[in-house]
Amino acid sequence: MLKKVVYCGVCSLPPEYCEFTGKIRRCKVWLHEHDQELFAQLYGDDKEDVDGVAARLGQSSIGEEREEQLEKKLQKLQAREESKEQRELARKLSSRVVIRREARTKRKCMVVVAGLEVFEIDMKKLAKTFASKFATGCSVSKNVEKKEEVVVQGDIADEVEAYIHALLEEKGMKGVKVEQIDAAKKKKKTPTTTTPPPS
Amino acid sequence: MFKKFSKEDIHTRTKVKTSVQRSLKSKLVEQFPKLEEVIDELLPKKTELQIIKCSDKIQLYAVGDEVLFFQKFEELIPTLRFVHKYPEAFPTIQIDRGAIKFVLSGANIMCPGLTSSGAALPEAPGLAQDSIVVVNAENKENALAIGKLLMSTEDIKSINKGHGVETIHHLGDCLWNFSLV
Repeated sequence: MLKKVVYCGVCSLPPEYCEFTGKIRRCKVWLHEHDQELFAQLYGDDKEDVDGVAARLGQSSIGEEREEQLEKKLQKLQAREESKEQRELARKLSSRVVIRREARTKRKCMVVVAGLEVFEIDMKKLAKTFASKFATGCSVSKNVEKKEEVVVQGDIADEVEAYIHALLEEKGMKGVKVEQIDAAKKKKKTPTTTTPPPS
Repeated sequence: MFKKFSKEDIHTRTKVKTSVQRSLKSKLVEQFPKLEEVIDELLPKKTELQIIKCSDKIQLYAVGDEVLFFQKFEELIPTLRFVHKYPEAFPTIQIDRGAIKFVLSGANIMCPGLTSSGAALPEAPGLAQDSIVVVNAENKENALAIGKLLMSTEDIKSINKGHGVETIHHLGDCLWNFSLV
């Protein structure tokens, strides 16, 4: 009884409206991978032609002149959307994640993860997973520059780094730099240098 | 209405009592009589309906993490995902191809977009002013917007000028992209 509508994995609209989002090139690739039947129905049978104008989508009655105008505008939109995406990707790839180990009292320290906001990661959720994964306290706080960062209690910078690497890889952002800074003095090493070797 | 909408606009989120859920269901059927045959499929008795109160007195009703319909004042308005499941139940108007682009960016629908050859309006006596309509597009199968008639469909045909439908919810707006998790 109920109808089931396929939604495009790229722009989340029903595939017949993909042409209006300016992401049609990627939408077409997605649809071709996921629903061949619908793809053939919407775009015709030529499977290789990803760039071509959707012939069957274009059937309409608004007259040739207006149709042409519409097409032009859509192309413009597509170009704009694509350049925007590229910029975004470049921004993502050039930014980096900083994992900083900071001293608390005595032998305690905490780990601050900054620079995640570019990657559309839900900080609160990440904090929650950290808290349960490492069995520590973990929260989201704002730093001096009013940017959000995840604060994890405990000396677990390496584990956090490994997790973030995995997370970024999952998002297809493998090339992103993850940097570890140690702002706290390591207590273990200091005694060996200060105390004279037993002799 | 959902130009700007995010999780921050949520005030409370509570379960709906089953008695209230029943009355909501009957209200839905009252508004859209054709829903009666499928209402139990769309909203089974055992499901946990949630009410989400948001700023601007908007209330969303959700099952699981899918918003099914919402309410600003009196009438219940279905979301597009809900409409897509059973489009026959709702009064529908059709716009021409030239208008799709504007509607998808949230514009109100102008009368000429509803009266040209690619568009379609229900036959006389048509729909009254202020009724909720599903907006479909030429050569498209699925609805692209939900709107409210600013004048009756007969007026749209005769006056054919100015705003005809106020767009409440359209594909790709914040409510469409909204997820509860």
